[in-house]
Amino acid sequence: MNVGLFPEECSETLSAALAIAGVVPKAVGDLVTLTPEKAADIDVLVVELGDEPMRRIRYIGSAAEALGIPTLAVIEPAQIPLLEGAVGITDMVTTPLNPAEIGLRLRRMVRAGSAEGPLRFHDLELNPLTYQAMLKGTPLDLTFMEYELLRFFVENQSRVWSREQLLSKVWGYDYFGGARTVDVHVRRLRSKLGEERAEWIHTVRSVGYRFG
Amino acid sequence: MSKQADYVRRTVQERGIRFIRLWFTDVQGFLKSVSISPQELDTAFEEGMTFDGSSIDGYARVQEADMLAVPDPSTFQVLPWHDDEVVARMFCDIVKPDGSPFDGDPRTVLKRNLDRASALGYTFYVAPELEYFYFADSGPEPQALDQGGYFDLTPLDVAREYRRKTITSLEKMGIPVEHSHHEVAPSQHEIIVRYTDALTMADNIMSFRLTVKEVALEHGIYATFMPKPLENHDGSGLHLHLSLFSGEDNVFYSPDGTLSAKGNQFVAGLLRHSREITAVTNQWVNSYKRLVAGFEAPVYVTWAHNNQSALVRVPTVKRDKPSSVRVEYRSPDSACNPYLTLSVLIAAGLEGIEKGYELPPEVADNVFAMSNSDRAAAGIERLPETLAEALDIMERSDLVRKALGDHVFDWFLRNKRKEWDRYQQHVSRFELETYLPVL
Repeated sequence: MNVGLFPEECSETLSAALAIAGVVPKAVGDLVTLTPEKAADIDVLVVELGDEPMRRIRYIGSAAEALGIPTLAVIEPAQIPLLEGAVGITDMVTTPLNPAEIGLRLRRMVRAGSAEGPLRFHDLELNPLTYQAMLKGTPLDLTFMEYELLRFFVENQSRVWSREQLLSKVWGYDYFGGARTVDVHVRRLRSKLGEERAEWIHTVRSVGYRFG
Repeated sequence: MSKQADYVRRTVQERGIRFIRLWFTDVQGFLKSVSISPQELDTAFEEGMTFDGSSIDGYARVQEADMLAVPDPSTFQVLPWHDDEVVARMFCDIVKPDGSPFDGDPRTVLKRNLDRASALGYTFYVAPELEYFYFADSGPEPQALDQGGYFDLTPLDVAREYRRKTITSLEKMGIPVEHSHHEVAPSQHEIIVRYTDALTMADNIMSFRLTVKEVALEHGIYATFMPKPLENHDGSGLHLHLSLFSGEDNVFYSPDGTLSAKGNQFVAGLLRHSREITAVTNQWVNSYKRLVAGFEAPVYVTWAHNNQSALVRVPTVKRDKPSSVRVEYRSPDSACNPYLTLSVLIAAGLEGIEKGYELPPEVADNVFAMSNSDRAAAGIERLPETLAEALDIMERSDLVRKALGDHVFDWFLRNKRKEWDRYQQHVSRFELETYLPVL
């Protein structure tokens, strides 16, 4: 989850709450000049209305909505009436701030805003936006390449993929290690999925692998 | 920011990870760790985290103390043995303040040797057999937990449960286990890990040793990789199965079922340089108590297909499994530095290929039963008998100096000479019991 923050110089209470929530925000510069390129890797925007609420509500309306980024407004209780009819604000939190609430709302917004919903296979769930894998509701700790390989399998079930195909589709052509890398990662995925689920990735002798 | 680093950042946030451990290794193979918070991740990836290199064995003198640990995001892994909080680790490369690689970092040393192999078109794969002991505690008198024997499956094998938990943890960390069993000696266990590329395997061996020790600690016992803790039993070896790939092809494979010409040359390289590299593969005074006759450890420089006393074994492989063809190097012990050990092994093997060494004949006989003169006539050399002898041979080796680099080579010799000198002063129990009553 990549969180954009405006203004960069936010209040100390907000920056402390974000830190406790485990959020490392990125400064997005001026909202007015925020371009789709600059916003490409931002999943969700946090805007503190602060001492210039009307201006920032207008900015959100013009910028965030145009860019399609879900936006969380951080407001004083007295500012609630100002949000009547405001566009582009997806959700809000009011002071005093609760770090756990901020974290939860941000994650929910990211999930809801995600065009691609989670991928599922039996009790496995992959969230393409947060790169998280869950098995029976428990986090499955994968490395990046293990995650990418598993996602490819889940998205492309029931057909046989050769090692070379997997290498080019998941790793990209320039990878040095060769097709043996695929075997190594499949074996690692199987061990992390555990004994009962290891056979989800089926070895097709002298051809490659099939998932599901 | 790279995709890998971005993945790490996202996972740290999603999992609510409060601490990330940055791991690196000192020259003797001890794991070192610096903890950082999520807020420091970007700095760590972009610049590295500063630490005092003079506090790490073999790194730096006081005047060049500042070092930077740069985490390798592809090694990011949540650690499986913390129940109360989520902790993750990444292995690091060590760089100097100007950003250039630091020569004293064993991981950097191995990467340099692997770069040399990849310049020749080779990828180096490794599968280890790791042996260790469980004892009641770390006190000076080792107390075995059981009297179980090889492959025993009896109530005596109380440690089976600890081994099983260790394997579960290893698998969760992405270190697949092929096989495990109780070894010949009391309380001794062996876990065989599935092959992977050499750099990942060196990292895996470091993770493995920590996992074994963590699980033992959780159960109030002690696990040790000391090469030879019990004088009347086998020591703990680290047999390394090595193979070399060129693209999709196993370089060692030959359709006639033997080793390819390059495979033979690689083995010849291992054999010819084995005496020079022994100080690295067996780096402790105690290592040489394992390399003696009468136990399952190699003593002589020989190779064979099926001879447990050989230094290099070439396992017989089913003919339709070309990718399984490999050679097993049997002298290293579980307490070696895996980065440096793999560095000298690849250097020795590649030297054999580059210079076209000729493979000496197989020695299928029991080398221990031969007389000294028979062995001499057959040209069979002995591995160094002590750390001091191994250091003398290593000091004259251009191959080892080149493989380790001047920094590690010189520090290693200085440090190990000191270890030997300290040992030389020691009056052992053997001497007191043997000499005091009669002399």
